[in-house]
Amino acid sequence: MAEQEPVTPPAPAVPKPPWEEKPVPPAPVEARTHAQVVEILNLLPDAVLGAVEFAGQITVAVPHERILEVCRVCKGALGYTFLVDLTAVDWKERPEGRFDVVYWLHRFTDSRRLRLKVRVADGVEVASVTTVWKTANWMEREVFDMFGVYFADHPNLERILTWEGFNGHPLRKDFPLEGIDTGAAIYPDVFPSGGGPVAGGEGE
Amino acid sequence: MSHPELLEPFPDSEEMEISFGPQHPATHGVLRVQLRLDGERIVDAQPVIGYLHRGTEKIFERETYNGAIPHTDRLDYTAAATANQGLVGAVEKMMGVTVPPRAAYIRMMLAELQRIASHIIWLGTHALDIGAQSPFFYTFEEREKILDLFEEYCGARLTLNSMRVGGLPFDLPEGWTERCRTFIDQLPARIAEWERLLTKNRIWRLRTVGIGVISIADAVEWGLTGPPLRGSGLRWDIRKVFPYDRYDEIDFEIPTGEHGDTYDRYLVRMEEMRQSVRIIRQCLDALPDGPVMAKVPKVIRPPLGEAYFSVEGPKGELGYYVVADGSTNPYRLHVRPSCFINLQALPELVRGHLVADLIAVIGTLDIVLGEIDR
Repeated sequence: MAEQEPVTPPAPAVPKPPWEEKPVPPAPVEARTHAQVVEILNLLPDAVLGAVEFAGQITVAVPHERILEVCRVCKGALGYTFLVDLTAVDWKERPEGRFDVVYWLHRFTDSRRLRLKVRVADGVEVASVTTVWKTANWMEREVFDMFGVYFADHPNLERILTWEGFNGHPLRKDFPLEGIDTGAAIYPDVFPSGGGPVAGGEGE
Repeated sequence: MSHPELLEPFPDSEEMEISFGPQHPATHGVLRVQLRLDGERIVDAQPVIGYLHRGTEKIFERETYNGAIPHTDRLDYTAAATANQGLVGAVEKMMGVTVPPRAAYIRMMLAELQRIASHIIWLGTHALDIGAQSPFFYTFEEREKILDLFEEYCGARLTLNSMRVGGLPFDLPEGWTERCRTFIDQLPARIAEWERLLTKNRIWRLRTVGIGVISIADAVEWGLTGPPLRGSGLRWDIRKVFPYDRYDEIDFEIPTGEHGDTYDRYLVRMEEMRQSVRIIRQCLDALPDGPVMAKVPKVIRPPLGEAYFSVEGPKGELGYYVVADGSTNPYRLHVRPSCFINLQALPELVRGHLVADLIAVIGTLDIVLGEIDR
């Protein structure tokens, strides 16, 4: 055996730039003491079911019977004058309410955003927030069209992306991805054999 | 409304219901507007949409996160790069990925080139709708050059598929920066040329000044974003409010209007093109070396949770709401479509105007039906 070479001590580690490190995903944090949640708790102490911070965004769970009241307070007293987005998520297997309706609010004074979330069972109405923000009109229509969530007191709750008389709500998890037969097929399923011109044929 | 007296029907009026579109060149796609007219006056105008609905959000649930990127190209097909940027940004936010600086700078350049290209389409078609034919030919010449730059970068001209979670699929090809610099150096002169055709043109001003007026308060109430909101005077831009990529290192202005009419929105978009040139020039000057892809896992698997991420698209705030269940496919991926929400304000903007002004207002909202119908 040859004599072992002296081992050089490893060079002091240069901190790698963040894009060469393995990414560390954010973790959800309980946020009941966050300033944005405390504001709501001060005004409506019993309307907050839970609050989570994830990736720097606050989500507040609200009972679905009280969403209109919470939205009014958020817009009026707390200054969330801008409804950025309104959508829904289908959790088909969840026993305590199938859908999450998600509201995403913005406040111009300090550029903060807040997510409100209500949990509703299939067939239960949610109060429409069109009286709070006019822009909620089409967003709620889209949620109705795609998920079949009904909004009480909506001025014009009709289908918006699919057509009137369409059967089903496409973004529900039990709606087939390949679609359903709506009776509106453009092409026949089976093309007749011998139809069409043949290369080198005489033609008719 | 600006003309409440016009809403009163004349005693001997006969109101008509007319369907405008969906097959009409001035609706910029398959938009139908159900009009109620009193002579030439619009009493009510209700957009009817959904003719281009492809179920993109349903398709997203089938795809992997990187596999969903090509579908975002087809949302706003005139601005694919910004749509890509929004989706990859949302997934990176959920995974805690930091993008290498070179990739961030190239992304900003692509996005700003895309913004110019999108505004060029808007300007050419908007002017064409109103009756000025020549800007269309001048503007599309410049757009060709932008599409050539895109083609050189990623092989595609419209559906770019140009970004990936963690960075970019390719580095810039040899000589791209020089050609990009040549392009942006000559662009301001061309923008000035287009402005000479329109800004002080008497007919252009008659057709746009005071048409489709909306106040800041109403614009916020209706959820308008992008140039329609800034045209009313609110200085608000996602690139400044929630800076993504490296926009916080770049110096640029947010142009705003005063009156919230079609003419001010025109001025805002023209200035935005100049600001985009300014951003691209700074990016080219400061373009760092290094990798264009962060060290992300081969299989993109964000943790259980939800996040919303938005970019300032050419048409407004384009947001992505991702709900992940810990698997390789998004459980729910919702797009906050800027055009869809901007179009909702159409009845407010046109009520009381003439039918011809409806064309101007549809043009000034700068809608793309691919993003509205998804």
